[in-house]
Amino acid sequence: MTELPLIGEAVAVAAAPRLAGARIGVVTFPGTLDDRDAARAVRLAGGTAVELWHGDSELGDVDAVVIPGGFSYGDYLRAGAIARFAPLMSKIIDAANSDAKLPVLGICNGFQILTESHLLPGSMIKNDHLKFLCRDQVLRVENSNTAWTLDYQAGQEITIPLKNQDGQYIADEKTLDALEAEGRVVFRYVGFNPNGSRRDIAGISNAAGNVVGLMPHPEHAVEPGFGPESLDGIGGSDTDGLGFFTSVLNKIVGGDK
Amino acid sequence: MTTETTKKFNIDTVEHAAKTPDTELPWAELGLKQNEFDEIVKVLGRRPTGAELAMYSVMWSEHCSYKSSKNHLRQFGQKVTEEMKKDMLVGIGENAGVTNLGDGWAVTFKIESHNSPSFVEPYQGAATGIGGIVRDIISMGARPVAVMDPLRFGAIDHPDTARVMHGAVAGIGGYGNSLGLPNIGGEMVFDSVYQGNPLVNALAVGVMRHEDIRLANASGKGNKVVLFGARTGGDGIGGASVLASESFDDTKPSKRPAVQVGDPFAEKVLIECCLELFKGSLVEGIQDLGAAGISCATSELASNGDGGMQVELTSVLLRDPTLTPGEILMSESQERMMAVVTPENVEAFEAVMDKWAVEYSWLGEVTDTGRLIITWEGEVIVDVDPRTVAHDGPVYDRPFARPEWQDAVQADTFTGSVQDAGRPAAPAELAAAVTELVASPNMCSKSWITNQYDRYVGGNTSMAFPDDAGVVRVDEESGLGVALATDANGRYTYLDPYHGAQLALAEAYRNVATAGAIPMAVSDCLNFGSPEDPDVMWQLAEAIRGLSDACMVLGIPVTGGNVSLYNQTGTTPIHPSPVVAVLGKLDDVARRTPSGWREDGQAIYLLGTTGAELDGSEWANMRGHLGGQPPKVDLEAERALGEILINASRDGMIDSAHDLSEGGLAAALVESSLRYGVGARIALQDVMDRDGVDLFTALFSESQGRAVVGVPRSEEVRFTDMCTARGFAHTRIGVVDAASGKLEINGVEGLSLDALREAHEGTLPKYFG
Repeated sequence: MTELPLIGEAVAVAAAPRLAGARIGVVTFPGTLDDRDAARAVRLAGGTAVELWHGDSELGDVDAVVIPGGFSYGDYLRAGAIARFAPLMSKIIDAANSDAKLPVLGICNGFQILTESHLLPGSMIKNDHLKFLCRDQVLRVENSNTAWTLDYQAGQEITIPLKNQDGQYIADEKTLDALEAEGRVVFRYVGFNPNGSRRDIAGISNAAGNVVGLMPHPEHAVEPGFGPESLDGIGGSDTDGLGFFTSVLNKIVGGDK
Repeated sequence: MTTETTKKFNIDTVEHAAKTPDTELPWAELGLKQNEFDEIVKVLGRRPTGAELAMYSVMWSEHCSYKSSKNHLRQFGQKVTEEMKKDMLVGIGENAGVTNLGDGWAVTFKIESHNSPSFVEPYQGAATGIGGIVRDIISMGARPVAVMDPLRFGAIDHPDTARVMHGAVAGIGGYGNSLGLPNIGGEMVFDSVYQGNPLVNALAVGVMRHEDIRLANASGKGNKVVLFGARTGGDGIGGASVLASESFDDTKPSKRPAVQVGDPFAEKVLIECCLELFKGSLVEGIQDLGAAGISCATSELASNGDGGMQVELTSVLLRDPTLTPGEILMSESQERMMAVVTPENVEAFEAVMDKWAVEYSWLGEVTDTGRLIITWEGEVIVDVDPRTVAHDGPVYDRPFARPEWQDAVQADTFTGSVQDAGRPAAPAELAAAVTELVASPNMCSKSWITNQYDRYVGGNTSMAFPDDAGVVRVDEESGLGVALATDANGRYTYLDPYHGAQLALAEAYRNVATAGAIPMAVSDCLNFGSPEDPDVMWQLAEAIRGLSDACMVLGIPVTGGNVSLYNQTGTTPIHPSPVVAVLGKLDDVARRTPSGWREDGQAIYLLGTTGAELDGSEWANMRGHLGGQPPKVDLEAERALGEILINASRDGMIDSAHDLSEGGLAAALVESSLRYGVGARIALQDVMDRDGVDLFTALFSESQGRAVVGVPRSEEVRFTDMCTARGFAHTRIGVVDAASGKLEINGVEGLSLDALREAHEGTLPKYFG
């Protein structure tokens, strides 16, 4: 188990008694960057964040897993290509495919790792404009039945930050058609496709809906004053990303809120 | 140095050197002057060995020794009041200064240059600039929390500018984004004076608990010396002495191999691994390896400690096994740290290295001999007093004198000049002028750059570009945080170095106060031409004198920084460019003030007075004029304005604030409107009547000590009472108009926000894609 050295301790939000028992693991690779943010998001949503280390060979007692953004092992080869072989990843893959259907959320680099792990189809290549891009991005929630989107309405538009260099989602036409037909396109870019992703796809799920991956960052839109704000600024009161975490927590503690 | 390709070099031992006093040494090629070489021989009492020569040459270079600026830089330590010392925990001389934030928190920040490497190889130069400054911050025991990057490039339309721009921005992004450090601001200036000498400065800020402060020293006989992080390779050899201390000219071969290559993943791991070492109190002293590599780390650690140090150089893990001892000592390979560890902590230290899969090698130990001894397979190749390498380098009192041309430049005022012909006056002309201003290279939106940087990571960024200062939360429970801004105006400093440097400080101070933060400390990066030119040396001396005097008046100390000299092509220096960073403190970052207004009907006030000050302005620059006197400096007024902005933020009297600087009121009004896409109706008659200026001057003058604020109706009386009580000029100039979609200024044809945004944001994409 690793320590995540924090800038101070995380916000001492009194965990919502109903949700506090739900334990969400946050995976840290040596090059992971957004792990503290993901853990903070879990806590702000009322759950308990559990630190997971890439080298661990046991998943331990967690009810769901977030694979946050960053550069896993440097990603000099291909984003996530080595990370999929981490000892912990094989446990996550097994748990996600098991009957228990462990909820797994891959954000940015986490999404790349999920596709490399074949938990999700397709792949990410360099943005069509070839630059790193950081912006506040509008998404449409296309499917509100996955483990991570239950607290949204289908068709709802949310704004969360996007920041990546290799965010262009690609897959063959057959796969794309199947994803569409099965309702597995979970998020679509609205207004502006920031990286050339096929069919404006920002995020997808597996067939069972427990594994979701997306390029934009819900964990950066969970706290008033530190989230997106219009016109390429920061510090807004937008907390559109919190629903990812409340969705899974509510599902874990049982039932429909 | 020799360039053998096998490991069988003739090792030049100390014993051999003593026996062969007449051996020719390549001291000139290593950048040393005759008198400096003679001094080394005198210090050692014999000729240096090849390895010793390598060490002295890099450590006595301008870049590492500050030999030309040291005599002037002393003023930063001398002109210090008790008030300024109050919150300073560590001052100049360490890797970075440390300031007390209260509640047991401390903050460290520093700005540095990576100019020459960024011209030769923009991507790696800029990337390793970020890497180096971040390691300085780690060395103090702090977790780095944000970076900023002030950039100055050549003319926007020069073909080579795109090469430097694309490379440097991608390098800063590629490296910084991979470290998990939000980039919260910076500057971007285009001017042909920087064509062959772009300025790539980098700032990093870190936070720590008081008890975690670490210093670079090697104490305690028997303690172990360890080198960890990346392996040592052939990159950057001679970078410090050759690249940073000489001007570029066309007669020498390409210097490309002298630029270091960065590995951000290695740096990210190094950050986490060092923080874990600090947490377990596993190191006694620590030093990052930057310019001059192992030469610098060993000599500085040893001379700052209380004894000596013995190191076996063959223990260094190499990326390139053919490196000679001298090359190993000079290598500037990135992502390396050196630490001093007690024998009891060796095991725990190794466990941390293993966890993060960081390579390390034990090089030797601390001794009580007072000597730095470096061996190669047991044979002594360096035997020196470490102080003579690290601290007792040459110091030059270089001649300086006010340039003969200075009077003529200062007499050449913009008003009435050829370039001033046809000054806009009619409403349509003024509207066109405002649009042209906000689309100009220096005033246009920098989002093309900043959108290539991650400003979100960490979840503590409360403000970033395009607001006046970057704001980062330090304590998640209390909301305690810091604000940072960097500023410089090379044109002002060219016109008057003493006041120009003060104006840079005043602007950074104002930006921090505008965000609502209390200014606390200063770091400066002094970018100048060749100190061997008396004109340039005068600019440097004047700038340092001006800056240190101004710090006294504003009551904030310089806690660190860097000097970058020889920024010139042939005999043409850059504009003197002292880049000044100011750090401020916010008790609760939730109170920070953004630069744009939002609420319909809020009152807009202009604070401060406006004079006819167009010399050195962006408007004059756009018309190709540079002459006259820069705007007047009134530091007492800056302090008064700062107090008003800070109090108004703390007590919730203002919802927006934007400082007036380059581009004057015109730029500020447009930027405050575009920030949230909310228009305003403005009338400047009261300002014009009171200050005796025409509308053009009211809009384009760059008089200092001014800000535009948005005041909620309910707070107007309280706010104006405060300004009146403090005797500070304030004028209600308009009202926020959310529905109009326009910036309407009486006497200026209506400006639609859509058109302004298109002009403002279109410039960089037009030139850089």
